[in-house]
Amino acid sequence: MNAIAPGTSRRALLKGGAAAGGGLLLGMFLPGLARVAVAQDAGGPSGSGGPGTAAAGFAPNAYIRIDPAGAVTLIMPDTESGQGIWTSTAMLLAEELEVGMDQVKLQAAPPDNKLYASPLLGEQATGGSASTRADWIPLRKAGAAARTMLIQAAAQRWSVDPATCQASKAMVTHAESGRSLSYGELADEAGRQPVPKDVKLKDPATFRLIGTPQKRLDTPAKVNGTAVFGIDMKLPGLKIGTVSASPVRGGRLVSINEAAARSVPGVQDVVRLDDAYAVIGDHMWAAKMGLQAAAPVWDDGPNAGVSSASLTQALDAASRGDGVVAKQKGDPASAIKSAAKSIDVVYELPFLSHAPMEPINTTIHVRPDGADLWVGTQVPVRALMAVAHETGLPPEKIQVHNQIMGGAFGRRLDVDSITQAARIARHLDYPVKLIWTREEDIQHDLFRPFYYDRISAGLDAGGNIVGWTHKVTGSSVMARWAPPGMKEGGRLDPDAVEGAAETPYDLPAHRVEYVRAEPQGLTTAWWRGVGPTHNVFVVESVMDELASAAGKDPVSFRRGLLGHNPRALAVLDLAVSKSGWNQSLPHGRGRGVALQFAFGSYVAAVLDAEVAADGTVRIHRADVAVDCGPVVNPDTIRAQLEGGLIFGLTMALYSEITLSNGRVDQSNFHDYRMMRINEAPVVEVHVVDNPAGSIGGIGETGTAIAAPALANAIFAASGRRLRRIPFATGQLASA
Amino acid sequence: MRMILKAGVAVAALGFGAAAAMPASAQSDLVKRGEYLTRAADCQACHSAAGGGAFAGGRAFTLPMGVLYSPNITPDAETGIGRYTDDEFVRVLHSGVARGGKHLYPAMPYNSYTLMTRDDALAIKAYLFSLPAVHATAPANRMSFPYNIRAVMIGWNLLNNPDHRFTPDANATPERNRGAYLVEALGHCAQCHTPRTATQGLDTARAYAGAVQQGWNAYNLTSDAAHGLKNWSDAALEQYLSTGHADGHGPASGPMAEAVQYSLHYLTPSDIHAMVVYLRGIPAQPDGPEAPLPVVASQSNPDPGRQLFAEACAGCHLPSGEGRQSAWASLRGDHSLGDPSATNMLQVLAHGSQIQTDQGLMFMHAFTRAYTDPELAEMANYAITQFGGRQGDVTAQQVKAVRDAAEKPEKIGSGS
Amino acid sequence: MITLLVNGESHQVDLPPDMPLLWALRDVLGLTGTKFGCGIAQCGACTVHVAGEAVRSCLLPLASVSGRPITTIEAIGATANGAKVQKAWLDTEVVQCGYCQSGQIMSATALLDRVPQPTDADIDTAMAGNICRCGTYVRIRKAIHNASQA
Repeated sequence: MNAIAPGTSRRALLKGGAAAGGGLLLGMFLPGLARVAVAQDAGGPSGSGGPGTAAAGFAPNAYIRIDPAGAVTLIMPDTESGQGIWTSTAMLLAEELEVGMDQVKLQAAPPDNKLYASPLLGEQATGGSASTRADWIPLRKAGAAARTMLIQAAAQRWSVDPATCQASKAMVTHAESGRSLSYGELADEAGRQPVPKDVKLKDPATFRLIGTPQKRLDTPAKVNGTAVFGIDMKLPGLKIGTVSASPVRGGRLVSINEAAARSVPGVQDVVRLDDAYAVIGDHMWAAKMGLQAAAPVWDDGPNAGVSSASLTQALDAASRGDGVVAKQKGDPASAIKSAAKSIDVVYELPFLSHAPMEPINTTIHVRPDGADLWVGTQVPVRALMAVAHETGLPPEKIQVHNQIMGGAFGRRLDVDSITQAARIARHLDYPVKLIWTREEDIQHDLFRPFYYDRISAGLDAGGNIVGWTHKVTGSSVMARWAPPGMKEGGRLDPDAVEGAAETPYDLPAHRVEYVRAEPQGLTTAWWRGVGPTHNVFVVESVMDELASAAGKDPVSFRRGLLGHNPRALAVLDLAVSKSGWNQSLPHGRGRGVALQFAFGSYVAAVLDAEVAADGTVRIHRADVAVDCGPVVNPDTIRAQLEGGLIFGLTMALYSEITLSNGRVDQSNFHDYRMMRINEAPVVEVHVVDNPAGSIGGIGETGTAIAAPALANAIFAASGRRLRRIPFATGQLASA
Repeated sequence: MRMILKAGVAVAALGFGAAAAMPASAQSDLVKRGEYLTRAADCQACHSAAGGGAFAGGRAFTLPMGVLYSPNITPDAETGIGRYTDDEFVRVLHSGVARGGKHLYPAMPYNSYTLMTRDDALAIKAYLFSLPAVHATAPANRMSFPYNIRAVMIGWNLLNNPDHRFTPDANATPERNRGAYLVEALGHCAQCHTPRTATQGLDTARAYAGAVQQGWNAYNLTSDAAHGLKNWSDAALEQYLSTGHADGHGPASGPMAEAVQYSLHYLTPSDIHAMVVYLRGIPAQPDGPEAPLPVVASQSNPDPGRQLFAEACAGCHLPSGEGRQSAWASLRGDHSLGDPSATNMLQVLAHGSQIQTDQGLMFMHAFTRAYTDPELAEMANYAITQFGGRQGDVTAQQVKAVRDAAEKPEKIGSGS
Repeated sequence: MITLLVNGESHQVDLPPDMPLLWALRDVLGLTGTKFGCGIAQCGACTVHVAGEAVRSCLLPLASVSGRPITTIEAIGATANGAKVQKAWLDTEVVQCGYCQSGQIMSATALLDRVPQPTDADIDTAMAGNICRCGTYVRIRKAIHNASQA
């Protein structure tokens, strides 16, 4: 019924749309742009602006297909990795198209930047909590345009005024004459209607889906084992392989015992690359045993001496130099110098692994005349281009079958594993599913950068902030991933200072700098919450340090800086009131507050945490208030904040990737720890009703707010200020 | 025993240096016998380092007097034992004196190997010389004063090395004598399981009463009921020695897992049985941690250790501790659960443990990187209470000491 | 040959005795609902029932399950508690990415089989071995309570 159809190929989609009598394929567009013919080749990433830059123009999009039998298929421009976007996107389309959520089938969009580029991200990518913000208007317009054309077709057939017809539940009805036609019956004629220049969107007062909790469409298959993730691909002749890459980045494979690997029962092939090798077999166990039997010898190369100590030293040294200025207001340095009280502190945030529950995997079949790729990716065009680059095949000969993802969190915004899979598959004449073990997944992840922040601030005698300087030192993901997104002639990474350069507060003098320092031998990547996960922790912790230095309550200290910012003030007040902020707690427990404006949404959280005498932290409760403007699926907002918070708390307490001798020390969940159910707090999410506000993103907001709220709760509970993540590493035990 | 003695006589009759002149079949029989004896004497575990070649040495041993590295015993002429004559080789095993007169430190268990017959020693040599030569120099030892003076070992040997061969007990059965030879001479079990004297010699008055070696508890092997092996059936002991676990007694871990994997696992059932017969006769000594009590795990214990166990341990050991993933994951009856200070449990938590078995690699990862000292103490105390029926008294400080030693294994004895 | 009794069907498989059940289920029998998450029994994504008990299939050698009844996520809905848990999961909208949820549902069903009215502490202990990276724990707890009332 509500089944998610298998990912469609671009070719099938176009064929379905183009075939005579094949129904209605609506290439949607926005006002001011002519309808553009569906491109015949997929093309590369558009490169027109990076994340954060509003795209200059929107490409036409193809979201709706209605076949003559009446099946309504919605093509999902965003990828589903658990955030519920397919349901929210379907709601936007179905609301205006006037179909029921039980009447639609969903398909993953094929890679095509011309059709499916996110107007916020500038390419076909899902990330940055951008999907709903990007889709909010265009997808409703797409639905409304389709509905208008269907009504026009019916009115034409009946020779009545379209204004006298109504659409509902995939039917057009002419009430006066009691006639009605299904969308399927109208599909062919609707396809011949002119596309309306200006479509009228529904009055929000008449929304029947948007703003009302809707059941997710992807979940029924996920509770009975029938959902197909990339790792679950089954194909005729498919074999299964696993990979080991040089444990030190930049290292080279010297030798393997190929004979030993091939002698493992079930092993079919061994493929050597210069920096990795793969063993392919009838099943994963054979591949894994073969991988071990191969006993590789590596040349560690130039990064063999890299360690966490050497990397942190390099960041510390870099942080002493001047950075590029991201924000300058007044003269904070002088103000701090003459302040009554001042603080001057360093905050450290570690490298992080994504560790989605579905380990990295790629199913690929490379043939002389083409290739097929089955993978869960946040960037289908990049995936396609990676295969084209490695195989030399023209992009139009490559089919990408995007799959739902068992978590992504930014990991699947990169295609390194797909590149590697293509390099391996070139040597094989059958389809292969390459699965990374969890050890490979963690040790060969592209890590969230280590950030080293220097921050100074001063208070006057009345405890008011007089100046604030913040220098961020760390790797730039933007410079690698989306160079056009860089500012100041390529020197300023706006993501690295997001949440620091602009805070919710009115600060009298404020300077933020960025020093780019790339870690030797490591590639860094996006990680859930990106810039704000880093900067909100630092800013909100320092805000608490200052409140404490001023002898003021952390909430009233913040409120005093929010006079200009009613939405921020409102979420702060809501979270605080729901948390029972002023009620006393037993000894050893305390409440911490944090506030953020990130991804277009306002979020405040209050955490109630306990620090035991031995330093063990237990989080009892979290109250989170959010104002994201209009609400599409309220239950998804709650789910994302609950889950995002736990993701962020996991990071705050446990997460840290370290290196010794060029090698990653962690390898699996026994040493890269995840929060578990018995450690999870009660989470109450309070959604502000603000349909008139600008719409904000949700997927990463809970993650960004977690660490500062916890750090501040630990301070309230124990008097200990933690400036280094993760917290649960004995930092508190020495108290 | 008889079979081996007979073979030994045959070799002796051929005289020194005759091995090379032997017919190929006799030579290969000698090598084969040497291989069995080399395994029984468990040479490989100590003379191999992680990532290095078998028998190529380099494994570090942290002792109270410093850090030692095992030498290369492959037939490489420069870095191994390629230039050793038969006499020189035998002298190492019997007297602890290396080629050139250098006195060995007693990390090499020559005060056990001294009981070995010359024929067996030479069979081992023949086997080692049949292996490929590996060119590998072990790192220099770092011993603290006075142990950095090798001549000190001369005095040590006078005190602690009996320097005599095994003499069968005329009143014992051949089987028991065979077991004694395997336990005392080849298996050198006393090296870990017999307490040490002030000079680090074996305290023979308390033979097999159990001792802590390199942070691990080598349990009491005497016939004592509460502390030793009296309540083990012969079948359980045999199963444990040959496979690394016994139903109702838990798995072998750490150094004992290595002893099983590299040595005991290869011994014939009759040799294993002979060892058990001999162990049965060791006089009781009521020393060391007691065995756990036979408890039925209750599900009502609400302490935080229970939650931690559910998180990190129950996946393999099951909430009941019975272990479902493999027989090696059953904690029931494991001696370490009777130890309120959890010496071995903490070692396993800090280092992990693994054993290669007929049913594949059984392993446990270290958990010190993800869990804090107080948490690991809670976890250990829970396991002792829940599955061992005793009150654990593990503290975060104890865990920290084990963690520190694991993270900086060579900190002790930094003198050179 | 090893006999695997999976979801009421008997399969004769010629596979290594030390091969973990997980790979036989996924790669040989095609039952991909059971997931690979860590391979070291730390995450619970591979949880199946062997003779009614929730166990991690990623480290469970075939030799130890030969001839014993195995139930996977594909068939747990045919049991009363399995159906209740699946329904509660959907009613409570537990699922996000869904990758761990097969294992969560298998663990939750085994819990209800053993403890029909579990407390929060029972739930914590039974479910602590199942990691959810999306952080759906708040709803898992709620859903188990709901299922126990159903």
